[in-house]
Amino acid sequence: MTTKIKITINEKQIEVAEGSSIVDAAVCAGVIIPTLCFHKDLCVAGNCRVCVVEIAGQKRLSAACATPCEEGMEILTNSLKVRNARKQIIELLLSEHNADCTLCYKNGNCELQKLASDYKIMTQDFIQLAPLRKYQIDHYSPSMIKDDSKCIRCQRCVRTCAEIQGVSALTAAYKGDRMKIATFFEKPMNDVVCTNCGQCINHCPTGALVERNYIEEVWDALANKDKFVIVQTAPAVRVGLGEELGFEPGTRVTGKMVAALKRLGFDAVMDTDFSADLTIMEEGSELLMRLKKVLVDHDPNVKLPLATSCSPAWIKYIEHMYPDYLDHLSTCKSPQQMFGALVKTYYAKHFNLNPENIVSVSIMPCTAKKFEANRPEMHDSGYRDVDYVLTTRELAIMIKQAGIDFLKLDDRSFDQIMGASTGAGVIFGATGGVMEAALRTAYELVTGREVPFENLNIMPVRGMEGVREASILIENPLPDWSFLEGIELKCAVAHGLVNVKSLMDSIVSGESQYHFIEIMACPGGCLGGGGQPIPTNPEIRRKRALAIYAEDQGMPLRKSHQNPEILKIYSEFLTEPLGEVSHHLLHTHYTPRERF
Amino acid sequence: MTPGYDLKRVDFIFQDESDWKEILQKSLGRPSAELINELISSELKGRGGAGFPTGFKWKLAADELNPIKYIICNADEGEPGTFKDREILTKVPMKVLTAMAICGYVVGSHEAYIYLRGEYFFLQPALNKAIQEFQATCQELNFDFRINLFMGAGAYICGEETALFESMEGKRGEPRNKPPYPTSFGYLGKPTVINNVETLAHTYTIFKYGAKRFYDLGVQYSRGSKLFSVSGDTPKPGIYELELGMSLLDFVHDFGDGDTKAVQVGGASGFLVPQKRFAETTIGFQGKLTGISLPTGGSMMLFNSSRSMYNVLDNYLEFFREESCGQCTPCRVGCQQLLNGIKAVKRGEKNALYLDKLLRLTETMQYTAKCGLGQSVANSFSSIVENFREEMIY
Ligand SMILES: Cc1cc2nc3c(=O)[nH]c(=O)nc-3n(C[C@H](O)[C@H](O)[C@H](O)COP(=O)(O)O)c2cc1C
Ligand code: SF4
Ligand code: SF4
Ligand code: SF4
Ligand code: SF4
Ligand code: FES
Repeated sequence: MTTKIKITINEKQIEVAEGSSIVDAAVCAGVIIPTLCFHKDLCVAGNCRVCVVEIAGQKRLSAACATPCEEGMEILTNSLKVRNARKQIIELLLSEHNADCTLCYKNGNCELQKLASDYKIMTQDFIQLAPLRKYQIDHYSPSMIKDDSKCIRCQRCVRTCAEIQGVSALTAAYKGDRMKIATFFEKPMNDVVCTNCGQCINHCPTGALVERNYIEEVWDALANKDKFVIVQTAPAVRVGLGEELGFEPGTRVTGKMVAALKRLGFDAVMDTDFSADLTIMEEGSELLMRLKKVLVDHDPNVKLPLATSCSPAWIKYIEHMYPDYLDHLSTCKSPQQMFGALVKTYYAKHFNLNPENIVSVSIMPCTAKKFEANRPEMHDSGYRDVDYVLTTRELAIMIKQAGIDFLKLDDRSFDQIMGASTGAGVIFGATGGVMEAALRTAYELVTGREVPFENLNIMPVRGMEGVREASILIENPLPDWSFLEGIELKCAVAHGLVNVKSLMDSIVSGESQYHFIEIMACPGGCLGGGGQPIPTNPEIRRKRALAIYAEDQGMPLRKSHQNPEILKIYSEFLTEPLGEVSHHLLHTHYTPRERF
Repeated sequence: MTPGYDLKRVDFIFQDESDWKEILQKSLGRPSAELINELISSELKGRGGAGFPTGFKWKLAADELNPIKYIICNADEGEPGTFKDREILTKVPMKVLTAMAICGYVVGSHEAYIYLRGEYFFLQPALNKAIQEFQATCQELNFDFRINLFMGAGAYICGEETALFESMEGKRGEPRNKPPYPTSFGYLGKPTVINNVETLAHTYTIFKYGAKRFYDLGVQYSRGSKLFSVSGDTPKPGIYELELGMSLLDFVHDFGDGDTKAVQVGGASGFLVPQKRFAETTIGFQGKLTGISLPTGGSMMLFNSSRSMYNVLDNYLEFFREESCGQCTPCRVGCQQLLNGIKAVKRGEKNALYLDKLLRLTETMQYTAKCGLGQSVANSFSSIVENFREEMIY
């Protein structure tokens, strides 16, 4: 039991849990205190100072985000003293800021802009400092753009990269007026340990860190009569997109999203869930093959645990941080890249299209997928497998630009022959989902029976705990798999690279012995990806996760190996998992990188 | 010398320290509650800036239940033109080490650090030798106490106690949010007593002579003596130990060059007192004026009529603009605005009324900045601009 204390906020007496911050307490009193450097995902910094409030008996104002309530505290959040100070702080921020809002990518979804608007800052009395500096925009990364002239030094990105991702590609450098957010030796973003996860973008309140957008390129392709433009949509997009277009967090908008994509003019609207199911077929087979090679053949060159490979930020992370462990990665490409390789081969052949005229677009909750599509090895179709990657946010922008009234759209369904999916493909969007999908299929393949969990819901791998473990005992396997009799298949799931680091360290030290680990770089998995709507926070992630599992529950088919289009592609094109065509199109290799 | 103008010179700090073993042994034999009471009744206040009562600080830490606690001696001495802590560590290092050990005994800590300003690297060999000798004595006395030397990173802000902890923890030297305060959550998150070098040296005096000898010096709220670094337009610059509570008029009489137009009390983060206020200003923790504080150096800088107050302010602001850690808005941007602002007024690009906007800005900085640096920029700015407004404009 937490002790309750009494405090007064703007003359209203309330009871709050001891130790809660004034910002949180104010919410209980129906008062919203403006914040900038504060973010629910991050530790408190208390550096922007816009949240200052007056506490009776104190001459100085206090930062509401950083001040715990104490018994009997009398707090004023809107006194003249507070208002004057707060307004002046906003003026200061703007005086240091390159506030060309109409030319800014974040125009309309910027926390600084909102504050300026709420407080009606209509004068520029202070000297404008931004023009006195020489700012250079870093647009070298295929995933993101960093513009220091729009940075308010709130360090949300720094805390994100350190606390959520454990990467610290961005740090605060220099002091005084020269203080800035910088990379190692101020190298460009594409030349440092950055994983392109985009979490810093998602947590940045301003336009200082944004995704590199490919909206105009996609419009151009759509307008080009000679091009056949195919789009794939990742599982997490359908539970996030609605937030940008007027729906509550956690609303599933799959049908409306498909309808909107068709209205935008895409020639075929298909589903990354399809290739997620395909990933399960390939990766599940790879897992069983590795188990056999280790347990039966005692092949020293085959490594366990097998680690999933569908999160490109995780891939870049392990390439930098654990280059000696690349053999543990599944050779499977991510669902996006599997899809891309098939679009310009299998799909083109089936519909008799010239792959040269196909433009392959993907809608992803992720900025690292932009980097991934740009990797030199992702040309197995003979062309660039995925031409443009748009985030959930960019798709929302296109829908708005096209004047589509999203709320009123009728549901449509995905096109064939790479549009069918199962619940297993859908849950790829949540942490633990790949593990759950893989177990549903692999267990059945080995035993001929369904996984021993009610309604196929493997609850131990679900949830938001940073690292989760599960194990399944294999009993009475089919004859082919008799070597697995009595084996307890040990699995672990980690999301958020800071948690991934602790899992990897326990594997490196030999402390943990797993057979299979699922890694997603972003907190909550893709549903909390760097390309998802802003804001993303613990509550919103929970809602999106519920939506993902509801979508799974509502699907007629919930196991990847039941997907009819998967059966079809194996019989008509790929022949078998890990077969020669698969090997060529669906699998890849990795590159060790420097730690800095 | 005219009666009434007699400044009381005191000689405690640099007094011979050869009795340190005796003081240490004697103190370790007393109950810690008694030592704390001795310190509380002396009314010694911290000499590092904030003026927090030292006895209460030790008591707060002593009351913490955590088995691991730290003692830190703040020897970052970053205020320009002051070097009194350096003098103490050079001349009477054993006093400081003894005081740290007594503090450790009182609060229940076995690990201590001296955070030494990076530029004072030349003190390192002598200090290490002193520490070695001291540790040996601790062993003889069966007192488990280790003192380590930590070399500072060279930024002024690292003298602020929580930024100092961050810097010791290998992080960027940025002040933390308070509360929690160091006595409950300090270095490595453990209860920590952090004291200025001079504060520690005074506790030695108190444990040697008893609280009364110290308390009898000074005036109400400002007991004891203090080291002052006297500089500027004075015939006798240097370090002086003076009784607190002196009037600024007496001080100027003693140290001025006959043409003193103003005195900056407390360095860049202190106040400028113009001649017309000398008589009513008392130097202590709660002076008659605006509550004059005595930041780090106890620096007293005298200006005669040849000095441009605009240049003085310009200098201070430049210092703050560079030495701000840069994390919080009011201080990082505020300092830039103040500096650019007075330049613009001087050049005629902004009219004189802009100074009033800047004065309001310093008020916001004082109320909202995260740490003492940003909060105290207002002191010099407003006292200079209000008293020498015409020098700012023409
Ligand atoms: C910007 C800034 C710089 C400071 N620098 C020093 C310093 O160099 N030495 C010091 O003893 N205290 C310094 N302080 C004060 C410390 O934060 C702290 O109050 C002091 O070390 C406590 O010791 P005391 O109680 O003995 O005064 C500084 C404070 C601020 C805000
Ligand atoms: S970051 Fe925000 S305030 Fe700045 S220009 Fe962009 S929209 Fe405007
Ligand atoms: S994209 Fe991810 S890894 Fe790169 S700087 Fe941002 S948070 Fe760090
Ligand atoms: S880049 Fe964005 S998140 Fe990072 S400090 Fe600047 S404004 Fe804050
Ligand atoms: S007041 Fe200045 S020095 Fe202190 S935390 Fe803020 S920016 Fe840093
Ligand atoms: S939100 Fe509280 S200081 Fe920034």
